[in-house]
Amino acid sequence: MSSKVDTNKFIPRFVSHHFSNADQEFESCKLGMWLFLLTEFMLFGGIFVAYVVFRTWYPETFESGAEKLDWKMGAVNTVILITSSVTMAVAIREVQLNRKGRALALLLFTVLCGMGFLVVKYFEYNHKFELGIFPGDFFSFMGDHMSNEHLYFSIYFMATATHVLHVILGLLAILWVSWRTAKGEFYEAYYTPVEMVGLYWHLVDLIWIFLFPLLYLTK
Amino acid sequence: MSTTTQNDVNFYQAKKGIMSWVYTIDHKRIGIMYLIASSLALFAGGAFALMIRAQLATPGGMLPMTPEYKDTYNMWFTLHGVIMVFLFIIPAIPAALGNFILPLMVGAKDVAFPKMNLASFYLYVIGAAIALYGIVGGESPLTTGWTFYLPYSKETAGAVITMTFAAFVLGFSSIFTGINFIVTIHKLRAPGMSWYKMPLLLWALYATSILQVLATPVLGITLLLLIAERTLQVGIFDPALGGDPVLFQHFFWFYSHPAVYIMILPGMGIISEVISCFSRKVIFGYKAIANSSIAIAVISFLVWGHHMFLSGQSVYAGLVFSFLTFLVAIPSAIKVFNWVATLHRGSITFETPMCYALSFLFLFTIGGLTGLPLATLSTDIVLHDTYYVVAHFHYVMFGGTVIAFFSGLHFYWPKMVGKMYNETVGKIACIIVFIGFNVTFFSQFFLGYTGMPRRYFTYDSSNELWSQMHGFSSIGAFILGFGVLILFANLIASLFSDRKAPNNPWGATTMDWETQSPPVLENFSEDVPVMKKAPYEYE
Repeated sequence: MSSKVDTNKFIPRFVSHHFSNADQEFESCKLGMWLFLLTEFMLFGGIFVAYVVFRTWYPETFESGAEKLDWKMGAVNTVILITSSVTMAVAIREVQLNRKGRALALLLFTVLCGMGFLVVKYFEYNHKFELGIFPGDFFSFMGDHMSNEHLYFSIYFMATATHVLHVILGLLAILWVSWRTAKGEFYEAYYTPVEMVGLYWHLVDLIWIFLFPLLYLTK
Repeated sequence: MSTTTQNDVNFYQAKKGIMSWVYTIDHKRIGIMYLIASSLALFAGGAFALMIRAQLATPGGMLPMTPEYKDTYNMWFTLHGVIMVFLFIIPAIPAALGNFILPLMVGAKDVAFPKMNLASFYLYVIGAAIALYGIVGGESPLTTGWTFYLPYSKETAGAVITMTFAAFVLGFSSIFTGINFIVTIHKLRAPGMSWYKMPLLLWALYATSILQVLATPVLGITLLLLIAERTLQVGIFDPALGGDPVLFQHFFWFYSHPAVYIMILPGMGIISEVISCFSRKVIFGYKAIANSSIAIAVISFLVWGHHMFLSGQSVYAGLVFSFLTFLVAIPSAIKVFNWVATLHRGSITFETPMCYALSFLFLFTIGGLTGLPLATLSTDIVLHDTYYVVAHFHYVMFGGTVIAFFSGLHFYWPKMVGKMYNETVGKIACIIVFIGFNVTFFSQFFLGYTGMPRRYFTYDSSNELWSQMHGFSSIGAFILGFGVLILFANLIASLFSDRKAPNNPWGATTMDWETQSPPVLENFSEDVPVMKKAPYEYE
């Protein structure tokens, strides 16, 4: 996607001293953000590798573990996150079109979706804890389970908790750009932070899209 | 030689007071702060090294032969490793020298993200503070070695969580530097500087940054999982809970082997600059050196398994990793051949940076070649975890990286502080370092070859060869330490001298030397400097 910066209209206060123009600054930020997203992929990559290794060793354990998760809750959360990704993308478009009010509304709706995700996750975790489903050595589930099932839940909790942490950070970032949008700092020639936070939010969404089938839909 | 007079206010004078350093986003000041911090780490890590060598000077050692003192010794080598790896050698060249030089070399006013650059430095300081707390904060001593292998690192009472968290924070600092450098090289090059007209140090820093960005997050998640292992008993790495300790080794070395190249690649970049400059000759095989940096970055991601030949990894995996390890030696060798070819029929002068660069060629070649028997499955069985390994990687890490760091430090010192150091003292220090280093570590090849295991706090006193070689090694270590002290004393003394550095004391051709010494606040006098001639165009 090419930048929408119109150099005739740009206001110099937004270009840092070491860039020659707004275009260069925008492109630099975008490249930097993509590199940062790459580090996030590598971080989650470690958990995914652990998942693959243990699933290869204990396939039945993974099926038995996945059955204890509520796929409906997972599906609801998937829909919520995908919706929020769409509203985030449209919010960026609205900023580019100088429609501040609609942009702000969409950003806040995105925040609402993210919080909805957290609420669903809270109920899921709570239910697991009540049943004694904890990671690793603390696993004390009394019902039917495989001998190594605590490992499945170690991976489940590590993966989803790391993801939840990213959701929270993403929400804080969206609130930050919402506040700046409300102050009217963004317009067609300068919207870099909104776009960057948008990229980050899509990453958070994307990782969940991998986690959901891998953890919930194992059969 | 340039004789331009210095009229403009340099970046030290442009802003005054302690706050101008605390809040600075100037890459030059951040580079200087990184240089001071990582040099302090060098001295701290070096102090532990000297304590190790003092203990091993005689079979009896200086610590009483009781179990609790074994832990003291184990803590020394652990902290030597942790400090040297995470606090000194990884940030020393990229974050200290690179931060200062890279924007000057590309002809930019700053790195792409100056605030993130400052954040990187503060994360480094926070990481160092956490590590310091782990050392003196009253927790039991950390005795895991810098590799934190499980299951020991789960069972031990030592300050594992504190230290791994420190390394986690330092990882962020390293990632921020990496992202900054990649974007700066992509987007902020001066007009006229196409990819294949970049000085080779930039290629080296670029390859380094790729490794930092891709490998460090894997260390991050590994250390988080280790912390979770100790706090939540998740069991992923714990065999008692059905987990796999070898998986930890895979994860750890997936970062830590590329990290070896994070350490050596920038050093190689400095050597390319220095050798070409003091041979007064176009670098031989420019494209080969540039591309071999990228080749090293790519292949180094595929060799981590050679640390686990004896860890219960499958033999077939071992074969593949052995082959790939031989493969990664090729681009390194390409560089060495090209440097030697650059020297051929050059007008060589022996200034201090060049003395270090020539030491590098010699020592790095020994380090590289002695790595091959470790990459060979059959010989590795004998040499694994002996002093041979210790000698090998010190030849690469100290003989390679640290010597290159010293070379770069002397090369860029006039640019960084605007003063010339004493050449004669500099050369004497170089010779002492060279001798001390070889006495310390060459003797360890004999120790390892005859079966002396690493990480032991004593040895068989009836073995005459071991007593002699350990004695040699310890004497060498103190010679080496003495040499490094002279080196730094000489540099610091230059600050108080009146030998002002000209803008281009070495007659080098890259853009960084077109700036004033020390540079002005936004580096270049013109707003958008243009690259006028290709690097290494010496008459």
